[in-house]
This record gives sequence, structure tokens and C-alpha cells, in this order.
Amino acid sequence: MASNWPILSLLIWLPIFGGLAILAAGEQRAGLARLLALVVTVVTFALSVVLYAGFDTSTAAMQFTELKPWIETFSIQYHLGVDGFSVPLILLTTFFGPLVVIAGWEIIQTKVHQYMALFLIMEGLMVGVFCALDALLFYVFFEAMLIPMFLVIGMWGGPRRVYATIKFFLYTFLGSVFMLIGLIYLFIQSGSWSILDWHQYPLGLTVQKWLFLGFLAAFSVKIPMWPVHTWLPDAHVEAPTGGSVILAAIMLKIGGYGFVRFSLPITPDASAALDWLVITLSLIAVVYIGFVALVQKDMKKLIAYSSISHMGFVTLGLFLAFAVFQNGGSGRGAALGVEGAMVQMISHGFVSGALFLCVGVLYDRMHSRMIADYGGVANSMPWFAALAVLFFMANSGLPGTSGFVGEFMVILAAFQADFWYAFLAGLTLILGAAYSLWLVKRVIFGEVANNEVGKLEDINAREALVLGTIAAAVLLVGLWPAPLVDLMHESVNGLLQHIQQSKIVVVGG
Amino acid sequence: MLQDLLLIAPEIWVLSMTCVILFVDLYIKEERRGIIHGLALITLLFAAIITLRADYDGTATAFEGTFVRDQMGDMLKLFSYFVLAMVFIYAKFCLRQFRMFRSDFYTLALEALLGIMLLISANNLIMVYLGLELLALSSYALVAYDRDSRRGSEAAMKYFVLGSMASGMLLYGMSMIYGATGSLDLQQIADAVATSGSDNTLLIFGLVFLIVGLAFKLGVVPFHMWIPDVYQGAPVAVTLFIASVPKLAAFAMAIRLLQSGLGGLHEDWSQMLAILAALSIALGNLAAIAQTNIKRMLAYSTISHMGFVLLGLLPGTAEGFGAGMYYVIVYSLMSAAAFGMVILLSARGVEAEQLDDFKGLNQRDGWYAAIMAMVMFSMAGVPVFVGFFAKWLVIKAALDAGLLWLAVLAVVFSVVGAFYYIRVVKLMYFDEPVSDAAIEAPVDFRAAISLNGVMMLGLGIFSGSLIAICMSSFGA
Repeated sequence: MASNWPILSLLIWLPIFGGLAILAAGEQRAGLARLLALVVTVVTFALSVVLYAGFDTSTAAMQFTELKPWIETFSIQYHLGVDGFSVPLILLTTFFGPLVVIAGWEIIQTKVHQYMALFLIMEGLMVGVFCALDALLFYVFFEAMLIPMFLVIGMWGGPRRVYATIKFFLYTFLGSVFMLIGLIYLFIQSGSWSILDWHQYPLGLTVQKWLFLGFLAAFSVKIPMWPVHTWLPDAHVEAPTGGSVILAAIMLKIGGYGFVRFSLPITPDASAALDWLVITLSLIAVVYIGFVALVQKDMKKLIAYSSISHMGFVTLGLFLAFAVFQNGGSGRGAALGVEGAMVQMISHGFVSGALFLCVGVLYDRMHSRMIADYGGVANSMPWFAALAVLFFMANSGLPGTSGFVGEFMVILAAFQADFWYAFLAGLTLILGAAYSLWLVKRVIFGEVANNEVGKLEDINAREALVLGTIAAAVLLVGLWPAPLVDLMHESVNGLLQHIQQSKIVVVGG
Repeated sequence: MLQDLLLIAPEIWVLSMTCVILFVDLYIKEERRGIIHGLALITLLFAAIITLRADYDGTATAFEGTFVRDQMGDMLKLFSYFVLAMVFIYAKFCLRQFRMFRSDFYTLALEALLGIMLLISANNLIMVYLGLELLALSSYALVAYDRDSRRGSEAAMKYFVLGSMASGMLLYGMSMIYGATGSLDLQQIADAVATSGSDNTLLIFGLVFLIVGLAFKLGVVPFHMWIPDVYQGAPVAVTLFIASVPKLAAFAMAIRLLQSGLGGLHEDWSQMLAILAALSIALGNLAAIAQTNIKRMLAYSTISHMGFVLLGLLPGTAEGFGAGMYYVIVYSLMSAAAFGMVILLSARGVEAEQLDDFKGLNQRDGWYAAIMAMVMFSMAGVPVFVGFFAKWLVIKAALDAGLLWLAVLAVVFSVVGAFYYIRVVKLMYFDEPVSDAAIEAPVDFRAAISLNGVMMLGLGIFSGSLIAICMSSFGA
């Protein structure tokens, strides 16, 4: 019954129209704006649970598909559908919707209606990215998403917000225009915009390599990979808490999703030929950025760098498959890498979102993000300290938390590919623990550093609700990851079978 | 003969009404000049109806082949009426404030429209020239509309001298083409080029001069020097006009001359246009960054947009021409909206020329800020606004022509361009307002600018039909 609804369209357009309604309600009715935003995001989350319940995990095929002509002259379609890769990410997106609204409930006092509306519109657009099966539709969502984030950072951000937000916008815009050329090229060649058609479309190796680099330009900036990551620390530091949360928890995942949806299946031979590039960059991110995180003095910057390092695991896991196959490894080993990458994305979504919320909690009280201004927070904020320590533990990959599952799976897969990959990747367990726990030591434990810390009030019910919900999710995925892995299992197998088959056609054939 | 007159009925109607308006103005008092405005809008409305009700199939020519009606021409004319109506509504508000609300503006603009219509429908070199001169002379006069402004007079003079030179070049090129082909009729020229082959030096020379004239009218590098000065010097109401409607005519002129007439020389002219396009896109976007005056900034942005329009012409295919047509229509709508916003912010006789006048607009009025933001994002080519669809169509055209380097250059410079467009958004949303004065505008102005702004989004989301119309105009 439920499968007859255009549930994906609802997930996309409900928040967008909700956002427009809030804008129309106007600036005077801030209370209404907050309430409406909460209702819309909660309903959207409920809808995505319906989606999850109706999702058939026994197939890799696209489900809940919707197909309508959009620009018929160029056979561009409004084509939506989800598989095991997109459903978890959609759930993550809608899960964070209400949390962000609640997190900004009291903090945001200026232009509340615009703040809430922008977040809702952004949520709809991000769900759209995960649902789109038409490449132009994907690109439209992918790019349109920049506008609300640009405005959020610029309007409610910190002192250097203008610099940070323009850098963010131009960096990501530059990356994605190269992808646009690739997409148009693929359309000219294949006469279709359907991503699924492109998965089957044969291409020569040289062409594949160029396309792969085009995709890499877009997704490596988004994810972000070393050395095109420099926008991220700036954007994170200056963004308001809600903006940082969405940026870290969801927007970065779109880069990883792009690799799964575009790079690997459309250009499998180029991915195999250039996997060393991605793996090298990923390992640099994991190790080098891990060290960079260690020396940060600003909490938000530290978490931002730790995000880059963790996302390095995602790209590593995705591209290990080729090396595993080359070593004659089992399909199971390659699947571990891809599944590990996906689990890592979900887990990092929860953990980084939560960490930014924790910093937000402290910032709202002290108006400082500097580690040096804190110390002994646990004395005045015991409940907060308990939750924050949990999240930092998860960030360092402690078993029992979600952070462990993904990293462990990727490292296992790395062992099947190359010992040194696994060794370098494994360093993150040390580095991650080092920067996370050292931060905990300096900020949360120890003597009360100054009077202001001594006078801090513990988290209120609203903050406890937000952090508690995420804590539950982190533990759930950490202790019982099976449902999550089952969700994507068939899709991962389908992808791996697909990328093992060369798409290169004999010249003239 | 009657058939000929029916085909040219919209032109006859516009000409007659221009004369009527000229005449009516003699007999009405100054405070009732709103009537002129109303008459001008009625002229446009009925011109649209007459154009739509034309009874012909495919392509029809009149007056021994000098005048042609086809779908492309009709679409461009309809959009000219529509954009000109917007221009009139925006301009009325501005002219009233500056105490320049005289009927000359309307009669000159309608004369220019007549030139535009003739140019769009020209099928003969003489007709092209006639239409062009009618448009150009009216525009020169319009730029000097504010008699007492030294900057305006200077700009008009510069425009006139450079424009005359460009016309001279064009005529010289036409004479060579006439010499090489023995005809002024574009159809016969096309036949002559097809039979005599394209390795005719005289013909190529003629083409070069023709392209120089064309490039001047479009305002592409290196024939762009007049644009920033004229845009800045002219009263904003006139800049609004010059920056929007005549671009449609310039595009039609390019199609008539290069496709209908010299289609056989595609290989030659596409190389020239590729260089012009590359230079325009690069220089226009780079120079715009340095501007603090919004009229100048938009002038350089026009230069880059016209470079993008040229991309569409490069492959010489129906799809490419359709893409160029779509781009130029979208551009004229965006440009009208952008200058409409400049007019809106001009208050009490002071033009809001500086970018800083946009500071804090979101705090003064959220809706107007949203309109301007949509226009800016659309100009930058960010989805889902209509400018994005125009951009990808012309980039596809460049790829169709096998010019990957040009496509890469175009997208890289569109990122450079995004910087100065989002700088306007930054001023409106992230900065504190310099003035708290409420923004007031009459109802018709508010309705027009809102419609124009919503079109940026609406034409983007529902871009299918306009794209289909543009493509089918060329049979793609």
C-alpha cells in the first residue's frame, strides 16, 4: 500500500515546501517558524522510517522508483529511486533534521524564519541528491544545496564567516563544474541522462580516465580529500552549530555517495587503473591530517580535521576492492571494504554531528572554542561530560561504538589488499585516540581552569534530548550493526560484481 | 500584396502606434502623462496578439524575400515585447523620480523596437542594415536622454562614434559579400556560397568585416569597449533597455547573417566566434570582479554572457542555435530584473549605482533581497535557476563542436564569475544596511519585479517547454 505513494518525492518536497511556508509566515512569528520546522522535520523523519520499513533488502535493484519526463528535448527525467546505498544516508539526513531544528531553538534569535527555512530546504535538497537517478537532476540537487549552506554560514556564522562561506561556495562550485562537463559528455555519447543507463554504457579507457578525474574533482572537494580540504576547517569553524552539524554529518557524505553512484560503476576500469591515486590521497588524509588534528587549538577545527581523516577511511574502503581482487582476494574481502566505508559514513555522520553539537553547547555558554579556555568541565557539567566522552570515544573508534565497526571493517579489507595499507590505516586508531582523548583530558577533565568554567550550567532538557538521541544511535550501530549492514549488503554485492566487469570495448566494436 | 502586409502587420502596428503616441503627447498635460505609458503597454500587448495570430506555415517571406517570418523570429519578437513591457514598467518608476518622465522615452524605445523587429525578420542585407540603424540611432538618442548630464552626453557620443564605425565595417563587409555573390538576398547568398565553394578570398574578407560589425553590436571582446561606459553613463532606465531587448535582436542578426546567409562558411566563422567567445568569457568575468559600480559590473557581466551566447553558435547545428537562442532570451530576462532592482534602490533622484547600496537589503526587505539573490544565482549559473540551464546548453554546444578547451574555459570562468555575483548576495545578506529607509515602489513595479524574479526559479524548474520551443525554432 505504502509503496504506491510517491514517498521519495514527499521526502524531497515536504521539507522544501515547509521551508517556503515558514518564509511566507514572516519574520514576526518566530515561535511559529520553530514549531512548523519541528513538525515538518519530524514528519519527514517518520516518512523515511516508512521508507525503511518498506525497503526490500533482498535485491540490489532500485526501489520506490518514480519516473516523469522533465526536459523532454534532451530526455532529462525526473527519475527517483533508492537502493541500499541511499536508504541509510536518507535516514541519516532526516534523522538530523529535527535535531538541528531543536539545537537552534533558543540559540538562533535573529531571522529565525530564514534560518529554519534554509535548513528545511537544504534537507529536501540533500534527500534529493540521494534519490536522483537522472544525472542532471542529481547535479541540480548537488549544486542547489550550496545556496542554503552558503547563506547559513554567512548569516549566522562567526567573525570570519564571509571569507569562509565564499571559499566554501567557490571551492565546491569549481569542483563540480568539471563533473558537469563529464556529465554532458556522457549524455552526448549515450543519448541518455539516466545514471543506470550509464552504468551499462561501454567506454574506452582514456575516456573513462578523464571522466573519472572529472568526478574526482567534484567528489574529492565535497568529501573532502587531501589536498582540496582546506575549505572545510574554515567553513566548520565559522558556521553556526547547526550548519557545522549538517556539513559534517551529511554534506560530506554526498562526496562518498558520489563515488559509489558515479565513479565506481560508470568508470570501473579507470577506477581500477587509478585506485592508487585515491588510496594514496586517502592514506595521506588518514595519517597526515590525523597529525594536523593533533596540534589544533580550536575545538571545531580539531573536529573538522578529524572529519577529513575519517572520510579518508571512506574513500580508502571504497577503492580497496580493486587491490583485493588483484591479490586474488575473495569477494567477501572487497565487500568488507565497501560496507565498512558505508558504515563509516553513517557512523561518522552521528559522531561528528554530535561532536559539533557538544562544542556548540560549550560555545553557547562560554563563547569560546579555544581548548585553552576550558578545563575541568566535568566538574560543573557532569551529564554533558558523560555524553561528550562517549562521542569522543566513538570518534577514536572504541569498540562498542559505531566508530569501531566501520574502521575495523576497512582495516580488515586493507589487510587483504596490502599490509602497508592496513598498517597506515591502522595508525588512525592511535592518532584518533590521541587527538580525541587529549582534547577530552584538556577540556573535560582536570582542575577547573577558571571561574567561568566553574559557573557553567549543565545541559538542559533540550540539549540532553538531542545529544541523548544521537548517543543511542551511536551505541545501537556500534553494538548491533547487522541491520545497517543487511540494508546495503545486496547493493554492495551488486556493485562489486559490476565493477569486476570491464566496460572497455574493442576499438571499432 | 495583402499577404505581404499581413505578414508585416506587427511592424505596421508598432509604427502607427508610435506616431499616435507622438501625436497624443502634444495634447495632454504633463500630469496626465501616465496615458502615454498605458498606450505604450497597449501597443506591446496588441503587437503580441497580432504576432501570435499570424497565419502562415513554417517560413513565409514578404516583399520579394526581403522580410521573413518564422518561429524563431516570432519567439524573439514576443520576448522583445515582454521584456520591453517590463522595461517600461521599471522605467516609469525611475523616470518619475528623476523628473524625466517624458514621452520621448516611449517613442524612442518603440522606434528601437521597430528596428529590432525588422532586424529579427530581415532576410536581405539591406534590411539587416535598415533595422540595425533604426535600432542604433534610437539608442544613441536614448543614451543622451538626460540632456544636462555630462556623463550621459559623453557616453552617447562615444556610443555614436564607435557604433557608426561598426556600421561602416558591417556595410563594407556587406559590399564585399555582394561583390562575391552578386546578391543582397540572404537566400541567394547562401546558394551562391554553396555553388562557388568557400575558398573565395573576397567572401572570407567580407565575412571578417561582417563579424566585426556583429561583434560590436553584441558587445564581445575585443569590440566591447563601449559597453561599460555607455551602461554607466546612460540613465539607469535607458541602461535597462539597452542591456536587455537589443541583445535579442543582435542574436537574430547573427543567425540571419551566419546561418541563413553564410552557413556555407561555417568552418570559417566558427573559428572566429570561438576566439571572440573565449576572450569575452575570460575578460568579462575578470574585469567584473574589479568593479564597485553595479552598472559597470553588470556591463562586464553582459560581455561574458554574450560570449556564452556565441558558444551556442559554434557547432552550427540546430541544437546549438537553439541553445544560443535560449541563452539570449534568459539573459534578457535576467538583465531586466537586475537593472529593475537597481532602479528599485534608487531613491529621491540618486541612482543606486554603487554595489554598497545593496548592503543589508535582506534586513530592509526580505522579498526584494530574495529576488536579487535569485537573479544573481541565475546569472552565476547555479542550479536550479534558469541561468544554469542556459549555461549547460551552450556548454553542450561547445562540446558538440569538439571544443573541449573552450568548454573547460567557460566553466572555469563561470566559477570566477560566480564570485562577483555572490558578492552581491553577500552584501545583501551578510552586511548591515547603510540606510534604514523603507523601500517603496508602486504596485505595478512590485508585481513586475516579483514576476521577473519568480521567473528565474519557475523557468528553471519548468525549463522543458521553453527549451523545446527554442529547439524546435531551428528544427531540432
